[in-house]
Amino acid sequence: MSGYRIVGDVSPLADHGFGSRSLMWWGVVGFIMIEGAAFLLGCAAYVFLIGHTQPWGAGHLPPSLLWGSAFTGLLLLSDAPNAWLSRRAHAMDERVTRTGLVVMSVAGVLLLAVRAFEFTALNAKWDQDAYGSIVWALMLMHTVHLITDLADTMLLAIFVHTHEMDGGRYSDVTDNCLYWHFVVITWLPIYALVYWSPRVLG
Amino acid sequence: MSASRPRAAKAAEMSALHERLERTWATPPGLWGWLTTVDHKLVGRRYVVTGFVFFVLGGILALLMRAQLARPESGLIDADRYNQIFSMHGTTMMFLFAVPIMEAMAVYLVPLMCGTRAIAFPRLNAFSYWVYLAGGTMIWIAFLLNVGPETGWFSYVPLAGPEFSPGKRTDFWAQMITFTEVAALAVAVELIATILKQRAPGMTLARMPLFLWAMLVTSFMVVFAMPAVMLSSSFLISDRLIGTHFYNPAEGGDPLLWQHLFWFFGHPEVYIIFMPALGMVSHITATFSRRTVFAYPIMVLALVATGFLAFGLWVHHMFATGLPRLGNSFYTSASMMIAIPSGVQIFCWIATMFDGKPRFATPLLFVLGFIVTFVLGGLTGVMLASVPLDLQVHDTYFVVAHFHYVLIGGAVFPLFGAVYYWFPKFTGRLLNETAGKWNFWLFFAGFHLTFFPMHILGLIGMPRRIYTYRAEMEWGGWNLAATAGAFLIAVSAVMFVINVAAALRRPRTAGANPWQASGLEWATGSPPPAYNFIYLPVVAGREPLWEEGETRPVMEGLSSSEREILCTSVVEAEPDMRHPMPDNTLWPLLAALSTTALFIGSVFNEWALVWGAIPLTACLIGWFWPVGTPRRKEAAA
Amino acid sequence: MRRVATAALCLLLAGCAGVQSSMDVAGRQAGDIKGVWTLMLWVCGVMYLLVLAFLGWTLWRARRPLADAPPLADSALSPADRPMQTALGGWMVLIVVGLLVLTFGSFLVDRRLAEAGARADLNIRVTANQWWWQVEYQHPDPSQGFLTANEIHLPVGKTAKIELVATDVIHSFWVPNLGGKQDLIPGRVNDITLTPTRTGRFRGQCAEFCGLQHSNMALDVIVDSPAAYEAWRARQLASAPPPVTPGQARGLAVVQTAACANCHQIQGTEAMGKTGPDLTHVAGRRSIAAGALPYSRGALAAWIADPQGIKPGAHMPIVQLSPADLNGVLDYLDSLK
Repeated sequence: MSGYRIVGDVSPLADHGFGSRSLMWWGVVGFIMIEGAAFLLGCAAYVFLIGHTQPWGAGHLPPSLLWGSAFTGLLLLSDAPNAWLSRRAHAMDERVTRTGLVVMSVAGVLLLAVRAFEFTALNAKWDQDAYGSIVWALMLMHTVHLITDLADTMLLAIFVHTHEMDGGRYSDVTDNCLYWHFVVITWLPIYALVYWSPRVLG
Repeated sequence: MSASRPRAAKAAEMSALHERLERTWATPPGLWGWLTTVDHKLVGRRYVVTGFVFFVLGGILALLMRAQLARPESGLIDADRYNQIFSMHGTTMMFLFAVPIMEAMAVYLVPLMCGTRAIAFPRLNAFSYWVYLAGGTMIWIAFLLNVGPETGWFSYVPLAGPEFSPGKRTDFWAQMITFTEVAALAVAVELIATILKQRAPGMTLARMPLFLWAMLVTSFMVVFAMPAVMLSSSFLISDRLIGTHFYNPAEGGDPLLWQHLFWFFGHPEVYIIFMPALGMVSHITATFSRRTVFAYPIMVLALVATGFLAFGLWVHHMFATGLPRLGNSFYTSASMMIAIPSGVQIFCWIATMFDGKPRFATPLLFVLGFIVTFVLGGLTGVMLASVPLDLQVHDTYFVVAHFHYVLIGGAVFPLFGAVYYWFPKFTGRLLNETAGKWNFWLFFAGFHLTFFPMHILGLIGMPRRIYTYRAEMEWGGWNLAATAGAFLIAVSAVMFVINVAAALRRPRTAGANPWQASGLEWATGSPPPAYNFIYLPVVAGREPLWEEGETRPVMEGLSSSEREILCTSVVEAEPDMRHPMPDNTLWPLLAALSTTALFIGSVFNEWALVWGAIPLTACLIGWFWPVGTPRRKEAAA
Repeated sequence: MRRVATAALCLLLAGCAGVQSSMDVAGRQAGDIKGVWTLMLWVCGVMYLLVLAFLGWTLWRARRPLADAPPLADSALSPADRPMQTALGGWMVLIVVGLLVLTFGSFLVDRRLAEAGARADLNIRVTANQWWWQVEYQHPDPSQGFLTANEIHLPVGKTAKIELVATDVIHSFWVPNLGGKQDLIPGRVNDITLTPTRTGRFRGQCAEFCGLQHSNMALDVIVDSPAAYEAWRARQLASAPPPVTPGQARGLAVVQTAACANCHQIQGTEAMGKTGPDLTHVAGRRSIAAGALPYSRGALAAWIADPQGIKPGAHMPIVQLSPADLNGVLDYLDSLK
């Protein structure tokens, strides 16, 4: 090889992109895959332990359906503004992005409050038996993601109001919305297991 | 992207470009540079060195074990100390050496093989190293203070539970897992993103080097397997610290839950260790046979099949636990099936050498050693897949022999070959060939002398994890042979270290491509400049450097005043986007220190998880807070 | 070649015979498993030889003078490409066939092993503790059952079904001459079936790491002729013989009032402890402390005087006894045949 032959120039290419064009999206998706695997295995552990206590949830009242269903309903509702925010951020709509991030932050705080009430009404303690332990484990796992997504949303909300937005930041907003979808989806099997399996199997 | 008429790059413009790129990408010298670097090559090198340090430490533990077992009732080491030693040996080798060193080689080589200037998420990469170092340091300090793990590298409950393993020993072990898994998961995500999004223009998936395929599949295995051990070790810590009952049969828990979760990770884990080595073997075989690996598509399929099958085998570690027979039979079949892709690959490598023009330099010798050793280990694996036979040899030295044959044969031999092969790229110097051959033969002889007798010991009744045995068992002879072999291995390791040390004192005369290999990593200096490639290589086939003609096709246009890389499309690797890369920063180190405090604190008190999250959050905010020029450039029409 | 040669050598030199060897078959189950081993050895041995042969041929071929040509970047350009693809196809078929043979053979034996437990002539329940084995011979009539420790007798030719439980951590029951192993897991009841086919003395050992003295948790297994077995059984069913000499009487008194009775049981006396091994017929056993020492009066003395010195970490405390008391205890225990 005696020299280089330049066959192309990449400088005209864009410096930001959305969805799978952006590296950050891959980072978020990687994180989602990891945590998704953890959730799946946590649910599998729950199902595994069902066989060890007959009937399942014996010695406990089932977790309060009021708070669990309230959380579930609110969470599903929150996915609507989340999806809308994602679309508008993709279109780089600054005004809607600002409002949307504030709305999602408020939604997150509300959900955390409901989650706190859920914890008081689980009717089981983690150190009572394996049932209590796995219920708390699943609830805590999900809550950690609720908290981290909320923190991310609030930071983006602050940034959006104090800085000039650019393509890369809009892309980060859409990635955060993707993460919120994940938080919503992973809740559903946990809700079914924690709130309904002791009622159905108990 | 404008289609400029191909033009030749001129020497003067290249020289000016080099100056600017160096300024933009270089790590400043001195301690500050060392602490703040995000250069994958510097992080990769320290990862490799640290991995080998743990290899030596684990090896010393092995020598202690062999010294104790050389004679019946030798009395050299007492039961408690021995139990800590064998637990640390397994833990160090599996968690602190085997996985990290493969990740380390990938961290260094993958971006170079892709033809890109940086690994994806460079700060995460730096963070991952510090977290790994912290975890390894923590467990070794614990061991030296007599608070090391004592229940084996797989730490079964209830023995490892709060009732039968009091004190902090097992807690440190369980938390070390968290450290090393976070580090490995981070690297896995970086590698997936780099391999899928940062490949050189023209490097379609069908043209990707086999090491990149191996690392891609390995990274997916890491992503799906490691959460299992994180979950299980978290359950263990919480059983021990806050009184949960995941594994307590008296309160609805089950010791087998630990085994299922652990081995769901544990079996893919060994393929996570082994698969990068398969990639290394392919590269070495191709280069030293002077032909492309035979049946590339089959080789890729074999890697992918292995990755999938690896998740379906874990119950073969539990055949003696009394699980339903029908389930056991399924795992026998699955465990046998995984021999198919491996067997196919062995054929293809030998076929490559058969049809090529083999040159038996040290790297290829290690490949030959790999074939002879790993295949034997794979066959004893097929034996272990049979439930009835496993019920005899499970938990005996037969299994110890098996897994050393597949791990040392299948991963460590290729690793040494890879070191001899890529050492000139890392350092600009070649390792000495004569010393290399001595290194190989001593290692090969020592290995078989050590581990072959263990097959026999297992068959004639010697269980695992015993600190002593009675003279009347007549195991002394084979054990003595094994100990002799272990010391031979030690001599070979010393030779290796001397070879490396001596080489590092020689001047950097290796040149860009001393082996006349074909991959993109050989298309730049040895060692590569901070910015990796002065222009972005363009690829038109599987063996770029063998297929290019008089001139090397490249692309220009990435900024030389700011750090950025080129993103290409996932399958066809068409140029798509320019992506900024971070400058040197202290945040990864600070975040790692907070993480360390959080993890170590939670060994002692569960509230550390809450309080420790505060400084960590602060570091993460500092890390992710957007700085730098706003990105709003659209693609030119 | 190395596999077959060394294994053959091992057998030739009778290095594989032994009281704890899976290669020295003394039971039906071990025999069935050895059949799988032999099948495996042949099939895997042949496959290994084929790989080595291909490799050997490659190395031999590499000695030919090699033309200095550019490296081959495209596999399809090599004349050997098509023949090698065919060979690869054949190799894959061979591997699949080999694995099918092995899977089938393994499955057949697996089924045989499972069927063995269907009709048991004898029921035993083994409870594993750190670091000793409680052995309970069960019988529908409770008066025909008895307890012993660390030693099992089996009548030759009869099938024993052994129930396996554990009180503390996971252990594994393994008598290689007779059969494979099975774990004893707290919270689960497992079982294993053994059908010894020749008389003799064999050794079992715990095969799952269970803590400090895992290495010293062995088990004596004696396979008797039917007559010898019945004699042994009758002896075990009998209560402890009353003391005859004054020394023995003193010993019994000490055993009943000192720490011994807290843990140990001797049928027919006031010693009714359940946490340690049953000592009713301790003097008739081959070894003490789960194989730590061969039985003898002296071994017993050493053990009682300092159990921690022999098995550090064992749950038996050091019981301070005056020399006269100790002698009495030894006299008494030595009479418990």
